[in-house]
Amino acid sequence: MEDYELFNRDSQAIVYGFQRNAIQRMLDFDFVSKRDKPSVAAIIRPTQAGAIGYHKVFWGGKEIVIPIYKTLELAAKNHTTADVLINFSSFRSSHPTSKEALETESIRVLVIIAEGMPERQSRELIKLAKEKNKIIIGPATVGGIRAGAFKIANTAGTIENIIKSKLYRPGSVGFVSKSGGMSNEMNFMISQNTDGILEGIAIGGDRYAGSLLIDHILRYEANPQVKMIVCLGEIGGMDEYSIVEAVKDGRVKKPLVMWVTGTSSKIFPAGVQFGHAGAMAGSDMETADAKNKALAEVGIIVPESYDTFGDKIRETFEKLKAEGKIEPLEDFEPPQIPQDYGKAAVQGIVRRPTDVVVTISNERGDILTYNGVPIDKIISEELSLGYVIGLLWLKKELPPFAAKYIELVLKLTADHGPAVSGAHNAIVTARAGKDLMASLASGILTIGPRFGGAISDAAKYFKMALDSGKHPPDFINYMKDVVGINIPGIGHRIKSVQNPDIRVTLLKKFVNENFPKHPYLDYALEVEKLTTQKRNNLILNVDGCIGICFLDLMENLDLTLEEKQDVLDTEVLNGLFVLGRSIGMMGHIFDQKRQRAALYRQPWDEILYASK
Amino acid sequence: MAQKSIHEYSAKKLIAGELPKYFPEFNYHGKLAVITPDTKWEELVKDNPWLKTDKLAAKPDQLFGKRGKANLLLLDASLADLKSFIKEKMDKEMIVGETKGTLNRFLVEPFIPHDKEFYVSITSDRENDIIHFSLEGGIFVEENWDKVLHIPIPIGTDIDAFNLAEKLPDLGELEDVVVSFVKGLLQVYIDQDFAFMEINPFAVTEDKLVVPLDLKARLDDTAAFKHSDTWGNYDNPIKFPVSFGQKFSKEEEYIRSIDEQTGSSLKLTVLDRDKRIWTMVAGGGASVVYADTIVDLGFGNELANYGEYSGNPSREHTELYAQTLIDLMTKKPDPKGRPKILLVGGGIANFTDVKATFAGIVSALRKSADKLKKVNVKIYVRRGGPNEKEGLKLMKDVGEEMGIPIEVYDRYTPMTRIVPLALKE
Repeated sequence: MEDYELFNRDSQAIVYGFQRNAIQRMLDFDFVSKRDKPSVAAIIRPTQAGAIGYHKVFWGGKEIVIPIYKTLELAAKNHTTADVLINFSSFRSSHPTSKEALETESIRVLVIIAEGMPERQSRELIKLAKEKNKIIIGPATVGGIRAGAFKIANTAGTIENIIKSKLYRPGSVGFVSKSGGMSNEMNFMISQNTDGILEGIAIGGDRYAGSLLIDHILRYEANPQVKMIVCLGEIGGMDEYSIVEAVKDGRVKKPLVMWVTGTSSKIFPAGVQFGHAGAMAGSDMETADAKNKALAEVGIIVPESYDTFGDKIRETFEKLKAEGKIEPLEDFEPPQIPQDYGKAAVQGIVRRPTDVVVTISNERGDILTYNGVPIDKIISEELSLGYVIGLLWLKKELPPFAAKYIELVLKLTADHGPAVSGAHNAIVTARAGKDLMASLASGILTIGPRFGGAISDAAKYFKMALDSGKHPPDFINYMKDVVGINIPGIGHRIKSVQNPDIRVTLLKKFVNENFPKHPYLDYALEVEKLTTQKRNNLILNVDGCIGICFLDLMENLDLTLEEKQDVLDTEVLNGLFVLGRSIGMMGHIFDQKRQRAALYRQPWDEILYASK
Repeated sequence: MAQKSIHEYSAKKLIAGELPKYFPEFNYHGKLAVITPDTKWEELVKDNPWLKTDKLAAKPDQLFGKRGKANLLLLDASLADLKSFIKEKMDKEMIVGETKGTLNRFLVEPFIPHDKEFYVSITSDRENDIIHFSLEGGIFVEENWDKVLHIPIPIGTDIDAFNLAEKLPDLGELEDVVVSFVKGLLQVYIDQDFAFMEINPFAVTEDKLVVPLDLKARLDDTAAFKHSDTWGNYDNPIKFPVSFGQKFSKEEEYIRSIDEQTGSSLKLTVLDRDKRIWTMVAGGGASVVYADTIVDLGFGNELANYGEYSGNPSREHTELYAQTLIDLMTKKPDPKGRPKILLVGGGIANFTDVKATFAGIVSALRKSADKLKKVNVKIYVRRGGPNEKEGLKLMKDVGEEMGIPIEVYDRYTPMTRIVPLALKE
């Protein structure tokens, strides 16, 4: 590469900061410019956990990966020919990272994007760059572009703009400005009035820019591909006078069209800060009027106002063309970049089927909703937990009696002591030092046909019995002779007719008092009358009562037969038991953890060793 | 974000805290009191008991100089003298340069008798910090500027090892103390990210005590993140006051408050709210170019505001910005009955989403249809960038929908062409 070049079609950058959009835009530019390889060699992401990761990007229509490193040292070691560093660090960390980049042997051009770098830090970097013979673009800049060769980060925006501004192939104009926003405007404006830019650099609006307008103008003077130079200066500072000097002493001979913005400052009260940090005139020499005058005096082409800047550029170019100094250039049709799905979807020109349908909640609106009911309504109207379960499990707004029944079930099933298998497993797991989630899962995984399953089984068989019109004695015989199991929900180890289970008594009382109708409970009590005649502990137990009363709850809602069957088939009843019992199991887990209980080991004397 | 002036009080506090690190003999009294219209004398004296015992000096602390010439200096005074001085001067209007303002902040210090006044200031350029020094400080420095020595100190110089004495004039027996003071000052200037510091004068007392008398300073406020411990403290950070007489309108304050909330940039200066030409331009660079073009075409005396929005502000923030401008420009019709002009300008954005920002402007316009019609607003739009087609269409549609004249131009019309189109009718 020549000294007067910052980068060419083979240059590669290391991007400091995980800037997905900027990186993709660079690669899209590379693709339409028909570069051989991507202009981003590596990414640095200091917050990354591992030393090396990979980032997927598009290269035209296909995907490729770019390595992500935790440190610049590692990136530079692996990519010794990547000599541009694009630093996206924030203004807080931009100085140390920029310093490191300048001290890295393989880096030749440093671009500092951050706005708000302290002036002293910029000046220290400028000094270091000079010592190391390196070039800084920025701080506070969007960067720059070499048409058809290399584009810095977000410069020139979208691919549509790059094509409209003919930036995918080199023109004859060298352009430099302070403003990054205006550089994009100027790239296009120059493309409308000439054969386009060869290179456009925005040095940034700070008082102490890493490289100056004159630095780039001298590069353009040295570059034989540049036939004319365009420069946009700005009020504040004295940099433009070094251009005046360079033209005066013949270091710049190519046609130079230039305008300094900020001519309106004279009508503003003192102290108005223009858009850029450096844009304030400290003396008369720093005003735009003074600078434009000084530039014009040495023969630089200065328009009357910005409005005729384009005309002057066109005249200058046409003159060069007439003199035969512009070689006709080979234009080509840039390859198409497939449109991004996201953007096309916004424009409504593509569609795609979804994979998941969700009907119970939505967090994407202004406010979270459960089955269409906004969460603020639930809170402000003090709607109950049972009501929320109704919304999310049954997709129904439950009447108060039904919501209350669900809460009653949760209370009743919350715990049944440490000896039952679910709680036992949870305790054993917790004492093995496992975390809450593992301990709870171990307890929940015990729930099934023999433990906690009686609720849904009772509901299943009693529903079948009543719905098919079986008289209670026939049902009892059917269960014994055809199904061949004890009736789920009937029978208790200890409790009996004479010593009833208070939980069942309360449940029955609640249902009798609150449910408008309760045919299943009535039916079950008929069955109980017969079974207790056989043995006095064959009573309706709590699991049976919960399941059977839940059938009655559904009878009191506006549900079709199919909907009721769906509730049972989708295991809502198991859900109630799992939810309720999780409360108790977590209690046991916390209990053991609080005690720092040691590992549980079943005592030998509880085990019969039947083998030798 | 740039170089900002600070109160003399803040500068002296900062130097009082930091200079002893490098110049332990500084031994500065540190007695500084500020009086504003809200000051309660009893509390002030309780917090600063030296006010009763020391001889006092007082002056306005409002970022302007030449206070002696304006008869605003109280010297060698008692507390009673101070009270009557403040009573006489506080809330008085005065003119500095061309700006009228109100005196509302005074700095009080002990009065230090002295014979000799020196001048020192420090400035910076790209490669150096520059010490400016003169044996003849005080009000005559400017007249005797040719006697001021300018000593550039390249960035990165080891200041301890730097032979400053040989660059300074003969200071006799004061050499040690003055050299240590100036070197220490430069260290503080560097450490604390000063952008400018001028002590004119500082005095050396009979017992070789250095006392800064009048002090002006600017800090580089972009370095604030480095100095949360020294630039005031967390509860009471150093203030960056506006220049004397400068006041922000309610609307300007409002835009400043939104600007501070976002990572993007929203700026507004109202030049004259009764004027006819209003600009809402995207981009720090482009906004200047639009203002220039209006002035260059001879309409500077009709320009109502300067401002810019940039850095991809959200739709909501753009709407608030647009609404503020619309409210301002629709307060009164043009006295000559001409249409009011709103220039919604901008270059071709690198990454600001034209559709999103324009959606914000459009919803502000939609809410203001009646107001806009009442003062006969004509709107001219020119813009490019991501989603430009959709953004420009939004503008065109809202004009037709509301029956308000909106002329919309895309990238193929030169950026500032809407200025002559709008103004030369």
